[in-house]
Amino acid sequence: MVNFFLNDEAVSLDVEPDMPLLWALREGLQKTGTKFGCGQGLCGACTVLVNGSPTRSCVLPVASIAGQRITTIEGLQGQHAVQQAWLSENVSQCGYCQPGQIMSAVGLLSQNTNPTDEDILTAMSGNICRCGTYPRIVKAIKVAAVALQDKTMTLQDRNVQPASEVQG
Amino acid sequence: MKLSRRKFLVGSGIVGGGLLLGVSLRNAQPVPHTRAGSFQPNAWLQITPQGEVIFQLDKAEMGQGVMTSLSTIIGEELDYDPANMIIEFAGVNPAFKNPQMGVQITGGSTAVMTGWEPLREAGATARAMLLAAAAKEWQLDVTQCKTDNGFVIHPDGQQRSSYGDLAALAAQQEVPKGIVPKKPENYRWIGKSLQRFDSADKVQGKTQFGVDVVLPGMAVAVVVRCPQFGGKLKSFDENSLAGVSGIQKVFAIHSGVAIVANGYWQARKAAMQLVVEWDKGPIATLDSAAILTAQKEALAGTRKPFSVESEGDVSAVFATASNIIKAEYSAPFFHHSPMEPQNCTAQYVNNHMELWAPTQTADIARAVAAFYSGIEPDNITVNSTFLGGGFGRRGYVDFAGEAAAIAVKMPGVPVKLMWSREDDMQHDYYRPATFHQIQAALDENGQVIAWQHNLVGTSILKGFGVDLMRGLLPAWVPPALANKAGHGFANFVSDYDITMGEGAKIPYAVANRSVGMVHHDAGVPTGFWRSVSHSFNAFIVEGFIDELAHAAGKDPVEFRRNVLGNSPRHLAALDLAVEKSNWKMMPRIAGFGRGVAVHESFGSVVAMVVDVIVTGNQYVVQRIVIAVDCGLVVNPDQVVAQMEGGAIYGLTAVMKNGVTIRDGACVQSNFHDLPVLRIHESPSIAVHIVPSTDKPGGIGEVAVPPVAPAVANAIFAATGRRLRDLPLVL
Repeated sequence: MVNFFLNDEAVSLDVEPDMPLLWALREGLQKTGTKFGCGQGLCGACTVLVNGSPTRSCVLPVASIAGQRITTIEGLQGQHAVQQAWLSENVSQCGYCQPGQIMSAVGLLSQNTNPTDEDILTAMSGNICRCGTYPRIVKAIKVAAVALQDKTMTLQDRNVQPASEVQG
Repeated sequence: MKLSRRKFLVGSGIVGGGLLLGVSLRNAQPVPHTRAGSFQPNAWLQITPQGEVIFQLDKAEMGQGVMTSLSTIIGEELDYDPANMIIEFAGVNPAFKNPQMGVQITGGSTAVMTGWEPLREAGATARAMLLAAAAKEWQLDVTQCKTDNGFVIHPDGQQRSSYGDLAALAAQQEVPKGIVPKKPENYRWIGKSLQRFDSADKVQGKTQFGVDVVLPGMAVAVVVRCPQFGGKLKSFDENSLAGVSGIQKVFAIHSGVAIVANGYWQARKAAMQLVVEWDKGPIATLDSAAILTAQKEALAGTRKPFSVESEGDVSAVFATASNIIKAEYSAPFFHHSPMEPQNCTAQYVNNHMELWAPTQTADIARAVAAFYSGIEPDNITVNSTFLGGGFGRRGYVDFAGEAAAIAVKMPGVPVKLMWSREDDMQHDYYRPATFHQIQAALDENGQVIAWQHNLVGTSILKGFGVDLMRGLLPAWVPPALANKAGHGFANFVSDYDITMGEGAKIPYAVANRSVGMVHHDAGVPTGFWRSVSHSFNAFIVEGFIDELAHAAGKDPVEFRRNVLGNSPRHLAALDLAVEKSNWKMMPRIAGFGRGVAVHESFGSVVAMVVDVIVTGNQYVVQRIVIAVDCGLVVNPDQVVAQMEGGAIYGLTAVMKNGVTIRDGACVQSNFHDLPVLRIHESPSIAVHIVPSTDKPGGIGEVAVPPVAPAVANAIFAATGRRLRDLPLVL
């Protein structure tokens, strides 16, 4: 039996201790928002927050998170500024990697309220997107940073362009 | 709109409750998801008396945005906000066959292109019948009434009637003739950057992809496959799984050994432990070097290349020309690697099979499931899910065949078949490896007077012909016969496969041209890879034209412009990309290089200007400026998104290694040795749309082809080194 906190609720799960957290979430708890992409911690689709830090759940034995606080995409409840920015920037294409991308971005912004481009690229380099939404991810993180941290500053002050401008 | 009324609606009988149920002529089968009592003027649309407007989305949503774009098109003519529609993935029905391909496939960037006219007609027809119903109710002439987003409006400006209230009466109205579609200046939703309708669920992890299907009592299956392509199972030792918990059943299927377990983790652990003996099959000693050698021999052999294009007399020109430039190019096998590994859920109950499949081709999935399970196609239901990327890979439905073969042996138990990433990369239908010989003759003025391009690779139809035939043949044809016919078709057509020449026809005015194709089947499975043959042919054509420009001592843009007189769309896109990139204003940065390419595919033209910075033997792609002419634009923001994404998808195949073959198998296995472009390697991308009122072209694939040659040309500009083999390695 493994006990941990999932999205601020205590859960108890009777699974093999070496089972990666990913499968405990997806199959044990039917929380399917966290995705399986590579099984080797290489693609970031399975990213969750463990005590606030972005972590690859596909290579994390469930036994190792006993007593820890796990946050998944479901835990953000659609209200997080990062999710809102993902909407306003129309980031998602197929959308499969986006829960993992969003969790990495949430982790970044909780540590670094005003990330530079370099900070963003470093923090997000573990998350693969095959649809190629990278340019919008960078933009959305900046938008979310503004919304989260400094509501008095405008986007222009931070040299962030609003949602994709299309020029004829 | 071209679709005739007769073709559009038949069977206008009074059915239940006095409602007319229009049924598409092309089938006598009911459309899946039909609600009793709804106004159903065609296969796509239903309006219920409760006011629900339900759209059967007959294309797979794999990120390209069809859920938004196609509902926008039908909503525009229906005059109903597409954001308020109930959008469902259509089931299998002949009405939903892709008119360009004869099967229910999402591919070839055709969704908006082929949906443009029928969906507008579908929306407009329904709207006309709703107007007629209101006019009848109000005893007015129909021309006195108008619509406004889900309502018919009385000329008094006060009374109005909702589409739902009018549904029953609308169903009894004559199907109108000669409907005139809206003028573009009156568009309310088309041409606007509407937010994608699938975004809100996607950012919350609520979207149901194939892997997210959960059914009560569901088991999870994995398949252990022979690493060698064409290999077969000899034997397996079930006793080797002693001690692994949670295993329900282990048995052989057509593609290997199926392990059915309580969950993925148990199934995967068992798969790692299972002792299997394989017959490694016909190519067990093959490697990439031997494939290239065989390709070169095939090209040099006595077999005359199949002519993809021939104009003038290239032989005569080459016999006398004094300035002949020759080159050899190549591209490797390349993996798709959508983020969602292949999977499919199946349940077999009472001689009925139900599938939940993330597929680009639902009707072929049904046919393949029938073949491998022995269940009649009519007894198989296919439910499409969202796709975690497609890129052509999910046009192949091997996973549906496996899931059905497993489920039929587990009656009553829903089974989710899951591939690992390793399975996905090592059993892909790769972009074919190709080798190209190309030559051109220049006259004394530097004009191209002859162009000859011969390529060798595995025919696309070799890999797809079997499935295509399964989908084309009617469901009553026994699956075994369809399979046999498919193999015969694929073998025959492979030597005459014009799809291998897609993108090799040049837009430039050259009087003597020849493009030829030699099919060589190495035994490695190959197939469509986002933009298919354009992805390698554009690299060769636009790389080589750049070589010719430099050989002629001319600016690559001017050189192209001079011979694009017959290709105004190319010229306009090229000019826009050149203007927006400040082509001639080259920054003075060490290692800087700028390259250009322009290419037409799937009804659209894309020009790219790429900036690179070379340091030692490394290069960084810094900026891509894109100009696209894709005809009339349904959703500008999503055109931009596909340009960005297509360029980045293409860049992976430019900058990262492809698949290599050793001992008849794929050497690589996961993202560590088949790396893909990551965010810190992604360039800045600016997209500019050429204004157009022409009918829409494709958008999902068209940004891929020009990126490889534009990068190669930029690297040449920076270094003087001409890279002719993908990936581009200095």
